[in-house]
Amino acid sequence: MEKVLELDSVVKRFGETVVLRGVSLTLERHEVVCLIGASGSGKSTLLRCANLLETIDGGTISLFGQSLLDERIDPDLVRRHIGMVFQSFNLFPHLSVLENILVGPVHALKRRRSEVRDEALSLLERIGLRERADDFPDRLSGGQQQRVAIVRSLAMQPSLLLLDEVTSALDPTLVGEVLDLLRDLARHGTTMLIATHEMNFARDVAHQVAYLDNGVLVEQGTPEQVFTNPQHESTRAFLERVR
Amino acid sequence: MSLETDGGSFEPPPSLFAPPLRRLLVGRRALWASALSSALILGGLVAVFYVAPGGASVRYFFFNPHMMWLAFIGDPANGISSVGLGLLTNIWMFLVAEALVLVFGLLIAWTRISRSPVLFPFRLLATLYTDIFRGIPILLVVFMVGFGLPGLRLGFISNQSLAVYGCVALVVTYSAYVAEVFRAGIYSVPNGQLLAARSLGLTYATTMRRVILPQAVRTVIPPLLNDFISLQKDTALVSVLGAVEATQAANIFQSANFNSSGYVVASLLFLIMTIPMTRFTDHLIARDRNRRLAGA
Repeated sequence: MEKVLELDSVVKRFGETVVLRGVSLTLERHEVVCLIGASGSGKSTLLRCANLLETIDGGTISLFGQSLLDERIDPDLVRRHIGMVFQSFNLFPHLSVLENILVGPVHALKRRRSEVRDEALSLLERIGLRERADDFPDRLSGGQQQRVAIVRSLAMQPSLLLLDEVTSALDPTLVGEVLDLLRDLARHGTTMLIATHEMNFARDVAHQVAYLDNGVLVEQGTPEQVFTNPQHESTRAFLERVR
Repeated sequence: MSLETDGGSFEPPPSLFAPPLRRLLVGRRALWASALSSALILGGLVAVFYVAPGGASVRYFFFNPHMMWLAFIGDPANGISSVGLGLLTNIWMFLVAEALVLVFGLLIAWTRISRSPVLFPFRLLATLYTDIFRGIPILLVVFMVGFGLPGLRLGFISNQSLAVYGCVALVVTYSAYVAEVFRAGIYSVPNGQLLAARSLGLTYATTMRRVILPQAVRTVIPPLLNDFISLQKDTALVSVLGAVEATQAANIFQSANFNSSGYVVASLLFLIMTIPMTRFTDHLIARDRNRRLAGA
């Protein structure tokens, strides 16, 4: 199997606070890894470190075997291969749905607008929002906005997707449509690192589940291992609380 | 009142009518009350000009229609500049100044918010610049530029017209203000927008241009317009250098005819200039708002 993303003993501090205490994690092609853990355990920070939105204070990160800490690395080029979706969608409110999707391919990849437009429309078709292409994001429901945000990342044709609690800001009735889209992506082999509080979803789609506690990756394994037979007391306590 | 009283069974109030004085502020009566009070206030202000002991002479010296017309057209043959033509100088000064202020203001704001260590010296300069030129009265800047630059005897730089120096002074001062307006606008865009744009692989410059600035500009339009109206009026300050614009023409008219009606003419002309600008901006804001709410 080809290793897409490799984190090795990653350390991250914000001032005095140590947020990540030597986290190691590997993501292979077509693999879905779910990161679970309480709020503040470092899930978001880990994702942000992975696409260089945060600098790290120790350890290494590599993408397809190439170290991202090398000073010749251009972070913008790295991020074009790593899609990221946020808890609060962060669609661009001054751009239409279609323009939101086009902005990356056209202005980062310098691809021709006419060519990308067709791809963007068929992506919208796939999530059933083609007729909303010219609407502005504030006309869409939260679930629709988040699905557009996912499609916006996909339009960059990334090697992997980072998803940061993408259903946490949603009305419970809208969570399903977003998770269904992620399930669909997983079936088609999209490589994903997903920080989530949705345990049932994690059990369904994840190939690996990693439990993060206070900046330490306490336990990692198949959903079967982690959910039904957790080895560590803190994992057990966490699962007990969220159940 | 005992705590045993259950939630919805307190005594009803004796009357729901507004008390007499407050009644002036509710219902249809409020319209009449406000119309009447406005008429009274305006009438009172006008009456001052008629009742005051010097009312007649002020009306003659400031609001004399014949003199106002003479001031407006001027008498170029006898060296009396027209206030109306003088305004053209104000107009080109603020048009040029506003265009340049937008560019410099944005550049300074951009420099100040950048975090790249390479730009540190520029950041320091930009900060100093805004500190200095927001702190010096604009009149002094007009004097320093208007008398200082010609004093340099530096060919092109020292051979410009007084209005050009006035324009430079306005650009220098207002760029500092507008830079701060832009900076506030940029900071008002949520950080998630920056994260989302950068995570798409957009460069910092493209992120600013395509994502942050378009949103910042929308919030910044009203304060920016405020500064521009202020700038339009401050073109009058250039008269202290002797540049012949509307205010200076009114000055000349005043000394030639011992009548100040030219000042009122200049004021009216300035008013005519600024009002369309506010209307236009309101229109832009409304259009943008409708477009986004309608999702057209």
